[in-house]
Amino acid sequence: MTESPMRLWEVFIRARNGLAHQHVGSIHAADAEMAVQAARDTYTRRGEGLSIWVVPSAAIAASDPADQSMLFEPGTTKPYRHPTFYIVPEEVGHM
Amino acid sequence: MYSQGLDQRDGRHDGANTAEPAEALARFQARIDAEEKIEANDWMPDAYRRTLIRQISQHAHSEIVGMGPEGNWITRAPSLRRKAALLAKVQDECGHGVYLYAAAETLGVSREELVDALLEGRAKYSSIFNYPTLTWADIGAVGWLVDGAAIMNQIPLCRCSYGPYARAMIRVCKEESFHQRQGFEIMLTLSRGTAAQQAMAQDALDRLWWPVLMMFGPPDTDSQHSDQSMRWKIKRFTNDGLRQKFIDATVPQAQYLGLTIPDPALRFDDASGHWISGPIDWAEFRRVLAGGGPCNRERLETRRRAHAEGAWVRAAAQAHAARHEAKAA
Ligand SMILES: [Fe+2]
Ligand SMILES: [Fe+2]
Repeated sequence: MTESPMRLWEVFIRARNGLAHQHVGSIHAADAEMAVQAARDTYTRRGEGLSIWVVPSAAIAASDPADQSMLFEPGTTKPYRHPTFYIVPEEVGHM
Repeated sequence: MYSQGLDQRDGRHDGANTAEPAEALARFQARIDAEEKIEANDWMPDAYRRTLIRQISQHAHSEIVGMGPEGNWITRAPSLRRKAALLAKVQDECGHGVYLYAAAETLGVSREELVDALLEGRAKYSSIFNYPTLTWADIGAVGWLVDGAAIMNQIPLCRCSYGPYARAMIRVCKEESFHQRQGFEIMLTLSRGTAAQQAMAQDALDRLWWPVLMMFGPPDTDSQHSDQSMRWKIKRFTNDGLRQKFIDATVPQAQYLGLTIPDPALRFDDASGHWISGPIDWAEFRRVLAGGGPCNRERLETRRRAHAEGAWVRAAAQAHAARHEAKAA
């Protein structure tokens, strides 16, 4: 008796003017228009947002958690990418 | 709410999977011990995944079935203020079901499978929703006590080790406080009203008190999943621990309302500072969970009917989407 599955969408909401859209959850709907309506009912019942994006979940490509160290470790082992790596004498003042 | 004590077996076996390398299991447990969140694509033991699917989906089913007893009174709410509040509350419960189904789906089950399991009677939901809401006072008592118990149970779940579940619970918890307060306000109005209204409030408490205590699940001495769930930080408190917190918080509220908790053995223990309750009838809990409660049949039939009557809407939406896509292509 299982029906054909209703498409899955990821929901992003801009909470306030000036903020980026943020992922809040997902929703099932047959098309984008209904997904926006369902997202509104589900995720913005108390003024949580000013704008909604919905994206088909299947369209999202994600990095593999198993690759975490390969992908992100180089970012943490390069202290020379941070300002505090460099010495500026105190008498120079704020830089 | 309502997963505590609801993490009952649905007929699947949760034994250790011998194919999983001890090293991976140890690394997983180390992440849990370090309070790291586990995310959907991370490696996890099979039993962890199955436990979560079972618990989250039972929780979701409870939110959905739980709309029944309260929805029963929307058209008969005594004022527009009460009706608007009840309607908003029931809509929230539907939202909770949706957040939770979505969290369960991140573990690799489909919404359709989960809903089918409920409709075919293979999945469990909280025993409390198999009791009827006979009077308007029951709506007050449900908000005050059932949502009150839900809050007790759900707050620690916000720190659950599984990220999508924890995030869904944070969202749910933000919405629950209004549910409990509107229920308490109904009870307060009734208990400050006429003798008949006071009697109605007392009657609701009399019928719902023990079933609400059962919501926290079987006693720790025979809770099947507690230990492993605590180690995995799916659960942070035991059933009895949460039940005690609830009793301690609720007895003074009942006193404020001028209502009597229907437990002649209830006493305050000076040494521990806790309210000690009399014995709970666990045979009743097991009977209701097994399908023998006053409303089990009706609740499932209502869900089945709603699902069947909505089938043409889902089919039409899918057909509409397919046609527009074909046109656009
Ligand atoms: Fe809820
Ligand atoms: Fe609630």
